[in-house]
Amino acid sequence: MRAWFFSENAYHLLPPAPEYDSIRVKLPNRYYDPKLGADLYHRFIDEWLMAEDLGLEIMVNEHHQTATNVNPSAAVVMGALARVSRTARLLILGNPIANRREPVRVAEEMAMVDVYSRGRLECGFVRGVPYEMSAGNHRPTRMMERFWEAHDLIVKAWTTHDGPFNWEGKYFHHRQVNIWPRPYQEPHPPIWITALSPGSAREVGARGYTAACFLTGFEGTKAVFDNYRERRVELGLPAAAADRFAYAALVYTGETDEEGYAGARKLMWYLESNKVPPQFTGPPGYHPIASTVNAMKGITPGIYKMFQNPTLEGLMEHGLVFAGNPDSVHRQIMRMYDHVGGFGQLLMMSQAGFLDHEETVKGMQMFSREVYPRLKELR
Amino acid sequence: MSSWTTVAGVQLEMVERGGGRPILWLHGEEGLDPDAPVLGALAAHGRVLAPSHPGYGHSPEAASIDTVDDLAYLYLDLLAQQEARDAVVIGASLGGWIAAEMAVKSTTGLGRLILVAPLGIKVGDRETRDVPDIWALHPDEVLKLQYYDPARARLDPTTLSDDRLTVIARNREATALYGWEPYFHNPKLRGRLHRVAVPTLLLWGAEDRFVSAGYYGAAYRDAIPGARLEAIPAAGHFPHLEQPDAVAERIRAFITN
Repeated sequence: MRAWFFSENAYHLLPPAPEYDSIRVKLPNRYYDPKLGADLYHRFIDEWLMAEDLGLEIMVNEHHQTATNVNPSAAVVMGALARVSRTARLLILGNPIANRREPVRVAEEMAMVDVYSRGRLECGFVRGVPYEMSAGNHRPTRMMERFWEAHDLIVKAWTTHDGPFNWEGKYFHHRQVNIWPRPYQEPHPPIWITALSPGSAREVGARGYTAACFLTGFEGTKAVFDNYRERRVELGLPAAAADRFAYAALVYTGETDEEGYAGARKLMWYLESNKVPPQFTGPPGYHPIASTVNAMKGITPGIYKMFQNPTLEGLMEHGLVFAGNPDSVHRQIMRMYDHVGGFGQLLMMSQAGFLDHEETVKGMQMFSREVYPRLKELR
Repeated sequence: MSSWTTVAGVQLEMVERGGGRPILWLHGEEGLDPDAPVLGALAAHGRVLAPSHPGYGHSPEAASIDTVDDLAYLYLDLLAQQEARDAVVIGASLGGWIAAEMAVKSTTGLGRLILVAPLGIKVGDRETRDVPDIWALHPDEVLKLQYYDPARARLDPTTLSDDRLTVIARNREATALYGWEPYFHNPKLRGRLHRVAVPTLLLWGAEDRFVSAGYYGAAYRDAIPGARLEAIPAAGHFPHLEQPDAVAERIRAFITN
């Protein structure tokens, strides 16, 4: 198993929550102090590099118009990391390609990062969370059609080496696609795609990419991985190796259970701070009709109740948080591993909110020294 | 009761009422209530044809249809299929936008055009949001802007059937499909409205806080040659829901004149 250090790069120095009604989309940026922001950016880059020194891989993502994540361009921060890191694999999870107006630009940026890093890029494509719709003016309907057309165009741009090709699709038009540079890796960087539903798991499984689940807990993750595997059987394709399955959780390892739980409680800022009014959580067309109907009736699937009033005990019980002393963390990860039929990539959100630099580093050190060696043996 | 019809290969749920002169009713973002009193009142004056646009009500989505422009051509095809002559086309809000797009393309078979608080044009400059952003406002705020009496418009989802809730969810999704960007307008439409060569009546809720008669309605009226703008008292953005009899009476007077 490979483990990735992931930080959302939040700007957590906000006024009390009652003073604003949404942390996303409309929170005025007068609350952002660029001088403090610069210190935070440099601190987060330092932490990624310390993760590399500890043998962990590096993961970044992007969000827009939100204090929960101040990386509106994953390519920019990964460009910096590609220059200053040396050995770690570099995962962007990911590029919200249904929301990017120019997929060819994404192909160019990702090729650049791949060349900068001499072939260490792992390129994720994501649909993007519902709050991105208003933030970027992206139409929430027929998104996956747009997503897959963007994907097809990017892969073709990466793999065409004999001059321009033509693309006049439903959503994107380019008559002369011929990117420079081309990717360092052949035929292109490994592709990851977030899959939160059985339907998208089947699409990803058919293509053999790495499917990543975020905070989907025991049953949600199992459903995604099962559908991925079943789709490959249906298509007569070889079984996927464990590295095609990724699970993201909040992870904090302490010397004692108490220290681990204390770190995890600070990581929970990520869930607790997500104050968002309904118009941004359910843009029409983003969620399937049946889910919208259930939401109107006040029926919330079990795991989402976790997000409304998160408790550490509940989150740990559902497999959204792995925390405690090294043995506890290892045991919790293995419980998930065994439940979902194995996975080869552990995406660890191990910095959030008020977890300070020393605490973040300590959690990483404890994990990498005391837990990771046991996980690396898993195939 | 609704039935089904197919226009240019597109399946539509359709309410048909009354007989005689065709009256095409194009619903707005709120979707079509087959039992809406305004449809019953209009059926006294002609044959009401009220389709649910693709994606609304129970009408399936159509892969080939994702803009109001597509809907305008679809309903011109419907009029042609009906061999309509001297038809009355009425559209409300988003439906008014569809009706206006039809009339700038062709007025063949069209006798009268009635636009009830239509969307579809850009009036202000690029930093003026002519139409409040319904997808960035709390749903309660949207109700307050759109209805004269918001309390009466509020629904209690726990009292509604799954079918009704599904229709509401589909209506919202279809509205996002057609209205997301450019937001509830076609930048070219205002400059084309001079082509509307049939008598046109604009009806507007006097208490419309969503898009006002004085600002948006006046711009529409000024762009269509000879158009008249009339206010419906005690009504917001959907006067056909809040004052169906008054709306039907204004329409009757206009089409029988």
